[in-house]
Amino acid sequence: MAGMSGRMSTVIKAKISKLLDRAEDPSETIEYSYQKQMELLQNVKKGIADVVTSKKRLQMQQQKLEQQVVKLDTQARQALAQSREDLARTALERKQFAQGELQSLDQQVAELETQQAQLIDKEQKLRSKLEQFRTKKEVIKAQYSAAEAQVKISEAATGVGEEMADVGLAMQRAMDKTENMRARAGAMEELEAAGAFDDNLQLGSGGQDDIDRQLHELTSQSGVDDDLARMKAELGSGSAPPQGELGQSSSEERPA
Amino acid sequence: MIVRISTERQYRLPDEDAQRLNELDNQTVEAVDAGDEERYEQLFAEMLDLVRRDGRPLEDEELEESDVILPPPDTSMAEAAHEFTGDGLIPD
Repeated sequence: MAGMSGRMSTVIKAKISKLLDRAEDPSETIEYSYQKQMELLQNVKKGIADVVTSKKRLQMQQQKLEQQVVKLDTQARQALAQSREDLARTALERKQFAQGELQSLDQQVAELETQQAQLIDKEQKLRSKLEQFRTKKEVIKAQYSAAEAQVKISEAATGVGEEMADVGLAMQRAMDKTENMRARAGAMEELEAAGAFDDNLQLGSGGQDDIDRQLHELTSQSGVDDDLARMKAELGSGSAPPQGELGQSSSEERPA
Repeated sequence: MIVRISTERQYRLPDEDAQRLNELDNQTVEAVDAGDEERYEQLFAEMLDLVRRDGRPLEDEELEESDVILPPPDTSMAEAAHEFTGDGLIPD
């Protein structure tokens, strides 16, 4: 096309032409190229699956932290009820920390959500581009078998070669982007896995943390006191005044 | 004339658009040279717009060589700069 002298398109066109010169016979490589691109599409799909997995792991972490926040809040109330402000403070400090972690996790999950949507969009576009390429491939194969209009065939070969190069470029960019996102998702996971809250706020599987232990000690201590008092009352030891009209029922109602 | 937007598809444009496309192309490269990202984004978007607006997408069955090949629409200025100095999007 005469008159096309834009620097950008000239550079790109020159590079594409160079690429095509290297391919011996476009028609031969078309089929191979198509199969190759279909295979590569699987990499993009796998990349999406990995981002989804990372997101799910972070969401599980989110749930754990949410449980942790509720638990620490309950512990703080229990400690306060036992007049242990120091313990309540510790629990609330940890709750603040957990809430901070939760906030950053929320952001990361949202970011992965966006990445996932972008990758799915990319994959769909690639799929339709490959579909275009498949159509062009069939057209040129039909022309070859017709063995006529040789000039037209060589023109068409250039056209399909250019398309082949473009499909390759689209695939390359999609794969780069997928790899990039997969790496970022993996990094987020690692960061969370190594996060300080894991050491500080581990919600043991059925185990007790130190606040639990201290609260338990307090409770059992007062339980022992209560038991002692009840026993004394039941024995009705002469020196102590009886603790209720009917020992049994009143001891049941006594607050622990 | 046939214009390809890389990684997307080809369009058939009226020949009259060639001049405008050339102007935009060269201005875009100037913006890249000047490191003016905002201007690069604006001019490149204008180019893509022109092609999509004036162009008729080629059918899947049509096999044509492009007269003009534009970079992929998501080309960053850093990539564009690389394109004119090094291997760029398409390796030499």
